[in-house]
Amino acid sequence: MTMFSDKTLDEARRGMERWREEARKSADRFPEQKLFCTISGLPVEPVYTPENIKDSDFAESIGYPGMYPFTRGCQATGYRGKVWTFRMFSGLGTAEDTNRRWHQLLKEGETGLSTAFDFPTLMGYDSDSPRAVSEVGKCGVAIDTLADFEILTRGIPLDKVTTSMTINPPASVLWAMYLVAAEKQGVSWDKVGGTIQNDMLKEFIAQKTFMCPPEPSIRLISDTIEFGTKYVPRWNTISISGYHMREAGATAVQELAFTLADGIAYVEDVIRRKKLEVDAFAPRLSFFFDAHMDFFEEIAKFRAARRMWAKIMKERFKAKNPRSWWLRFHTQTAGCSLTHQQPYNNIVRTTIEALAAVLGGTQSLHTNSFDEEFALPTEFAATIALRTQQILAEETGVINTIDPLAGSYFVEALTNQIEAEAWKYIEKIDEMGGMLAAIAQGFPQREIANAAYEFKRQVDSQKRVVVGVNKYVAKEETPVEILKIDERVEAEQVKRLREVKRTRDNRKVAQTLRELRRACQGEENVMPYVIEAVRAYATEQEICDVYREVFGEYRDPGFY
Amino acid sequence: MKQKRKLRVLIAKLGLDGHDRGARIVARGFRDAGFEVIYTGVHQTPEQVANAAIQEDVDLVGLSCLSGAHLYLFREVVRQLRERGADNITVIGGGVIPQEDIPKLKEAGIKEIFLPGTPLDEILKWTEENVKPAG
Repeated sequence: MTMFSDKTLDEARRGMERWREEARKSADRFPEQKLFCTISGLPVEPVYTPENIKDSDFAESIGYPGMYPFTRGCQATGYRGKVWTFRMFSGLGTAEDTNRRWHQLLKEGETGLSTAFDFPTLMGYDSDSPRAVSEVGKCGVAIDTLADFEILTRGIPLDKVTTSMTINPPASVLWAMYLVAAEKQGVSWDKVGGTIQNDMLKEFIAQKTFMCPPEPSIRLISDTIEFGTKYVPRWNTISISGYHMREAGATAVQELAFTLADGIAYVEDVIRRKKLEVDAFAPRLSFFFDAHMDFFEEIAKFRAARRMWAKIMKERFKAKNPRSWWLRFHTQTAGCSLTHQQPYNNIVRTTIEALAAVLGGTQSLHTNSFDEEFALPTEFAATIALRTQQILAEETGVINTIDPLAGSYFVEALTNQIEAEAWKYIEKIDEMGGMLAAIAQGFPQREIANAAYEFKRQVDSQKRVVVGVNKYVAKEETPVEILKIDERVEAEQVKRLREVKRTRDNRKVAQTLRELRRACQGEENVMPYVIEAVRAYATEQEICDVYREVFGEYRDPGFY
Repeated sequence: MKQKRKLRVLIAKLGLDGHDRGARIVARGFRDAGFEVIYTGVHQTPEQVANAAIQEDVDLVGLSCLSGAHLYLFREVVRQLRERGADNITVIGGGVIPQEDIPKLKEAGIKEIFLPGTPLDEILKWTEENVKPAG
């Protein structure tokens, strides 16, 4: 049922005609400058009226916070009950270095932890691997064994703070380390909370941190979801992520559609492989999106995401538990919108993006530091980024009312438009046989590559302005202080790794790895075996080598 | 008149980082400008890149690294090319590279470094002016 009476719609139409006349007159003096569209290329009208959302039904499309279809948020009380979690993605050098940064951020008012691992850790290599040369501790913290993890979490109360870990192919291993570290703190598994990213489909599509082929990768994910469902009930066993696809160049619609299509693939796999009821595990699925520069498009995307996932869970998967219908998400401001040129402007960009995430109802937020275009952030830059969130939460009043842009003709129309476009992609992927089949055909990869190239063309030809890059260019750049990871990190890390290997019970390690291999070869859940190997101080790579040997390695087909 | 041979370009993602948006856009830019392009995909070792450059008989190698490991990885590619007598191949690079590292890379034989935000036309113009067929 429409939200507007025939009389209102009639008036809106007549008013629109009068407005067009006015607009024509002023267009003589001020002709419209360019084609107006969102950063993703969706056309934007000059003025929106009830006419644009006349087919929307208030209860069905908008409704109330905490109620189906959750367009306005999952929590009935919004940020009035609980402000989003200030969760700064952070990791550098050794476990000691990162532990120090974590304590600093918590002292400054951060409310949740988020771990950035270095590339060898992300890819399942130890710090002494030939593949790790010059990469140890550079883009995040280096973790080889439980010994590192115990240092990483030293003094962090794992029953009180939740931790997100951006880890994908070796997610099971790092999660096992977290669980054993918690145990050693005397915290039982039912008390620990956090998230592992553990989303491999978007890795094949965009972020390219991959190890084994898609099929066994999905199996490992379903193993972790099953294990979490049974033994770690407060853990989000996956963070289905659009962020990396967006950063690779996807449009807002592609980001949304491909993320939800990935989500569908995971849910189907767990149901098929583990024979679990959808309501048993769906409440612990979480999501992760980008907040890009186009303010209203992003807000509309977040609102559409919640509404679409609620429909998918309720209608497609017949979930009955309202918690299964929730799309809870973390947001990171757009790394790809930061500029190398005039980097202090990045503080402004991040603030606007963060505001979009907040108005879109994010549960958790990372704000980029202005210097992240150069290196990992300095403490100074990371503190400004954290303060940005605190200013939004505590000074601006934007949290006072829930989903404040609901009812805006424009925002509601854009929400509908993004949803409609995203459904088209999901239908197409369904027709292709689901996301795994679509990835095998290179479909999402190509769509994103095309969008990225088109965007670059627009910037190069100045159709799209990037301040300081293609307009308002500075004659001379002001240098900024950059964080450097000391070369000692690699040496220190390798030294500790050797020490652990020397002092552990190597027979026990070999035995746990043999048992893990057997589990991988069969259909048993690998998690208990990974935990035993971790407990025996097996290294990350020793465990991942078992995966690689049993499941094989994936090679980038190199689409461009 | 003898027709000029198309220049062959190898675009390579070195190291463990998968941030390939820039590399793929540059590959496409070269292709659209009429070059023959080979793109390696991500996670290449310096040895794999040097081998591919020689096997594919390219005139130009474009290296990409966003993980901070560029000093080691870029220089290692140049060293391996020289070791195999392929120092006629021009090597350029791009990615997240601090200003102060650029002289070190150039000294090692990387001819030019293109930073984030560089228009494709600038890279193409540089190539036209500086790269001769290596064969």
